[in-house]
Amino acid sequence: MDAKRGDWVRIHNIVLEAGQRASNIPEDTQNVPLEMWVKGFLLDEAANIGDKVKVETYIGRIVEGTLIEVNPYYKHDYGKAVPEVLYIGRQAREILGEEAEKVD
Amino acid sequence: MSYEAVMARRGEIMKKAIGIDYDVFESGSIAFDYERMMKETGYSLQEIEEIQKRTGVGNTPIIELRNLTKLARKFAPKGKGARIFIKDEACNPSGSFKARRAATSCYHAKKLGYKGVIAATSGNYGAAVASQAAMQGLKCIVVQECYDSRGVGQPEIIEKARACEAYGAEVVQLSVGPELFYTFLVLLEETGFFNASLYSPFGIAGVETLGYEISMQFREKEGRDPDAVVITNAGGGNLTGTARGLLKAGAIDTKIIGASVSLEGLHMASDTQFNRKSFTTGHTGFGIPFATWPDRSDVPRSAARPLRYIDRYVTVNQGSVFYMTELLAQIEGLERGPAGNTSLAAAFKLAQEMDEDQIIVVQETEYTGAGKHINPQLTFAKENGIEIIIGDPADEVPGKNIILPKDPSYVKTQELDLDRIRRSYIRNAINNMNVTEATQEDIEFLAKDTKSSIEFVKSILDELGVKY
Repeated sequence: MDAKRGDWVRIHNIVLEAGQRASNIPEDTQNVPLEMWVKGFLLDEAANIGDKVKVETYIGRIVEGTLIEVNPYYKHDYGKAVPEVLYIGRQAREILGEEAEKVD
Repeated sequence: MSYEAVMARRGEIMKKAIGIDYDVFESGSIAFDYERMMKETGYSLQEIEEIQKRTGVGNTPIIELRNLTKLARKFAPKGKGARIFIKDEACNPSGSFKARRAATSCYHAKKLGYKGVIAATSGNYGAAVASQAAMQGLKCIVVQECYDSRGVGQPEIIEKARACEAYGAEVVQLSVGPELFYTFLVLLEETGFFNASLYSPFGIAGVETLGYEISMQFREKEGRDPDAVVITNAGGGNLTGTARGLLKAGAIDTKIIGASVSLEGLHMASDTQFNRKSFTTGHTGFGIPFATWPDRSDVPRSAARPLRYIDRYVTVNQGSVFYMTELLAQIEGLERGPAGNTSLAAAFKLAQEMDEDQIIVVQETEYTGAGKHINPQLTFAKENGIEIIIGDPADEVPGKNIILPKDPSYVKTQELDLDRIRRSYIRNAINNMNVTEATQEDIEFLAKDTKSSIEFVKSILDELGVKY
């Protein structure tokens, strides 16, 4: 069992299947489904990843979907080193020379 | 609930969710009474100042960017190089000027007795609505376009989701596609919440204080209004609200300059191109379609009508905005953006055309953070196959590379032909409203809505073969 009632989880749903997409959008988008992700507290007594479940969202809405994650968390960060930008400050300071510190 | 059935009920759902009967402002043709709509459904500037003051929104500082000005002058002809100032909108509660729009929308929702608000936005507006909803005791749902079909999320949008959740909002994340609007309508119908549209009269009126403050702050500081204000343009609300505020202050000689990041060649609704862009707002993918047809928004009549106020419209490349973001941190000590720095990149170049004693104002900054900062954005770009090059930004191909200017002289702007954009708008108005013969009222409206003239509108109608 991956999750029990009350656990904070993330679910996934298909809103529109590939064939049901709007006609005025690019083909690459038409060829894939419109997907949805929502988080909430699990309402089922117990569930495993991949099960159809019901959740109560943070504001109290009930949503159904496939359980995909338990205790979801954010993984975005400050990226990796980007050496390409390192010249920017040094070059500008050099161009400004002593003027940068001068009070006008 | 089928897609078609929900879309067919669109008008009815909207009316209930925003509490405005737009029909009363309609003429039955192209024209509608914009000013009456703004007056009857909006709030006075003084009322908005009060509303915003209650939640700590507005009255953000103006900072003179002395080092950037000096740097710009190094590359300007003698006697040229206007003083560059920035309005530090990141000081608003949710970290961007969007708090101004959200404050009035949430106040209005609360006043009308709605239990919650919903906003369809992948940008700073989500955090702004969530923050204001928290302050005003409303529930909040933010609907985002966030992932491509591989499940890869745009880091900047993921950061906004985090911020929204931090303020107690529910975030509904979707994959790429304009059918987001369908989910949005379903949610409005299901919850009975208020549509905190970016394009309602309350939302736009909320930005008017920004323009008004600029005028007041400069009169106090410098004894006069600025010569030019540069505004990052996407859906047009930032530009419309700021310009209206400046006009309400009487700053009639201040030039209104719009700036967008050029994403030419990328399709905004394309699943495979979604993560090949490094800007999720402030770009031409919104700027041009919304300027040429403002009523494509999530309300029947958009209060954001940029062509009504714009004097000049320029684009900059993605690399120049990243470059200016880094410069702002490195020589001005302000770590902000990047998206909000689109107008800064433009101002750096535009200042070089202006006289030394003139004043150019960049009217916003936004917070930076994980996902948003230039480091994660450039890392993400590389991971999606985008090449990062130091060279001439003129060679940048959106979706293929990002070119950082090799020195400050390479920061340039591209001029957009406003008459061409005006022409597109008039053509869209004719087509979308199914008009075969334009009325006198239509012509007057179109002239006002494009800041052109009766003669100009007539010449376009002649060209399109439309009778009047």
